[in-house]
Amino acid sequence: MRKSVIAAGVGLVLAAGPAMAQSKTVKIGFVSTFSGPTAVIGNDMRNAFELALDNAGRKLGGLPVEVIYEDDQQKPEVGKQKTEKLIESDKVDFLVGYIWSNVLLASLKPAVDSKTVTIISNAGASQVAGELCSPYVFSTSWTNDQNPRAVAEYMNKKGIKTVYLVGPNYAAGKENLGGLQAAFKGKIVGEDYTRWPDQLDFSAELSKIRAANPDAVYTFYPGAAGVQFLNQYAQAGLQGKIALYSTFMIDSLSLPRQKDAALGVISALQWGADLPNAANKEFVSKFMEKFKTEPSFYAAQTYDAANLLVSAANAAKGDIGNKDAVAAAIKKADFKSVRGGFKFGNNNFPIQNFYMQEVVKDGENYRMKTVATAVENGQDIHAAKCSMK
Amino acid sequence: MLLLIEQILNGLQLGLLLFLLAAGLTLVFGIMDLVNLAHGSLYMIGAYFAATFAALTGSFVFGALLALGATLLVGMAVEVIAMRRLYGRDHLDHVLATFGLILFFNELVRLVWGPAGMNLAIPGWLNTSVQLLPGLQYPAYRLAIIVVALAVALFLYLVVMRTRIGMLIRAGATNREMVSALGVNIKLLYTLVFGLGAALAGLAGLMQAPILTVQIGMGENILILAFVVIIIGGIGSIRGALIAAILVGLIDTIGRSFLPDLLRLFLSSRGASAIAPAISSMLIYILMALVLVVRPRGLFPVSGR
Repeated sequence: MRKSVIAAGVGLVLAAGPAMAQSKTVKIGFVSTFSGPTAVIGNDMRNAFELALDNAGRKLGGLPVEVIYEDDQQKPEVGKQKTEKLIESDKVDFLVGYIWSNVLLASLKPAVDSKTVTIISNAGASQVAGELCSPYVFSTSWTNDQNPRAVAEYMNKKGIKTVYLVGPNYAAGKENLGGLQAAFKGKIVGEDYTRWPDQLDFSAELSKIRAANPDAVYTFYPGAAGVQFLNQYAQAGLQGKIALYSTFMIDSLSLPRQKDAALGVISALQWGADLPNAANKEFVSKFMEKFKTEPSFYAAQTYDAANLLVSAANAAKGDIGNKDAVAAAIKKADFKSVRGGFKFGNNNFPIQNFYMQEVVKDGENYRMKTVATAVENGQDIHAAKCSMK
Repeated sequence: MLLLIEQILNGLQLGLLLFLLAAGLTLVFGIMDLVNLAHGSLYMIGAYFAATFAALTGSFVFGALLALGATLLVGMAVEVIAMRRLYGRDHLDHVLATFGLILFFNELVRLVWGPAGMNLAIPGWLNTSVQLLPGLQYPAYRLAIIVVALAVALFLYLVVMRTRIGMLIRAGATNREMVSALGVNIKLLYTLVFGLGAALAGLAGLMQAPILTVQIGMGENILILAFVVIIIGGIGSIRGALIAAILVGLIDTIGRSFLPDLLRLFLSSRGASAIAPAISSMLIYILMALVLVVRPRGLFPVSGR
């Protein structure tokens, strides 16, 4: 008899434990790509997010945290479905992640309609910074045209007079090259759009580049095509002869495959592994210790997203049900960003510096070295279209 | 002018590469009357073998030779295991079965080599550029592709026109029933021809591998071009395949290269750069349509079919 009473008591405590924890757990839904050829990006983001939560003792505003990772398979319809599932059945407090602009655009409406506080840690669809801006949606990255604009500013400063553009013939390719075109003050001597994604031999374009002999070439080939473009650029004997600029073509995930072909290529990013601030040093060394690779910019932006959430939850003293207070706390960006601090603009996108990074070889390792500051406190041009003031 | 010469070389290189792929395809189609969509998979397998063997032996040339032999064996095995069941059946059955083979090979490669893809580095002695004319530098590796492919074309010509096997191949392309009625072991001939076609596809794959990257599904896009080539050239004709391949390579490359500038003469710069890529990717299909109107059986039809 006594035994069964004790057993019942233990049972009650056990039952009560999870129930109490559940009512006071912060739930975060994390949407990214965890399958297919781009799964490496999603994994890098997850690693950084987990690392940041570990650093915070896995607590947000004193509450234990639970993260639900969902794979969007790089497909807009899957991303939307997973976002709806996180909001409606998991009832998450926050949404984080999104690599791809098209996935983000499909998933945005359920997030905004349910007023779920969302932190985008990569996708840079310009509409989200403009007409689709929302008080509950924040970004720790950039808009798609911001980095090519930064490259153009740098080229202007360097006195580059002529540039040749080559890129893939699809929406993001045109948006990217268009960003450079809009801000570049010199002359565009050539502009080639290649069949996407099936054209992988760029011999004709490279011959034209050699004949045009511009001061610089600007290109944007994400994924495997980037490896191929760089290889062929080197094989054509152009590497080192005509300066090559790009965005989103080189990162710590693709460098091990690009190797020597990437040497000397210059890109623009708001963060680099070698930025000297204390938060970044701690991030990079802990990341490398735990995962044995250098973090990518995807990881850095996601690490910032996690720390931003931690700072806001702490400021709200764990009262995460009060979404307006939480959003206001996020907007202060009161945390140590690994990029060295930034402010949010009216559209909840960062106002931040952009740095130029050149690929160099240190012994056996390839890395991106920060060589200059292209833009200081740069804001995207879409902010004016956002109705929030 | 120098640019035009360079683009002609680029077009020639692309065309000769297509020829290697199309030669096997046209032999198999012409002699066995078999539509083989999985030809691109053999191209992919050749590239994966070359990357693996080159890493093992530390030499590009040894790796390539081993890969050629291995692809030949894979091709013969595919013929014995799968293709034999398909002779005499409807073309639709061929398409379904060989499409299944594409999926099979893609998954097989994923299991064996993983999803990430591989790199095959250009051997150091080819990783330079050669001065052909004053002011005209051309990558040595692309020149090597042209030389190797021309040598293979010559070799094929000699085999097909000057040897007994070649005579049987030609006879088989013209009249299969008669060849087997004369007591030729047609089964063995088919296995050999399929293996040869596979090796040629593998050669194309491994030579293209350092320029592109070795990855799953790499043969599927280029296969469409190879089919265009054999239709233009005339199904079953190796000479037709060679001429059509060079024609397709030149038109595609020169179109891509000069069409934007041509259109800029009478269109705005923005409009030209928007329309040119679309038109230049259509050019070879327009060529195919024109050839089909004028000569429905291709430029060099094999007689007697």
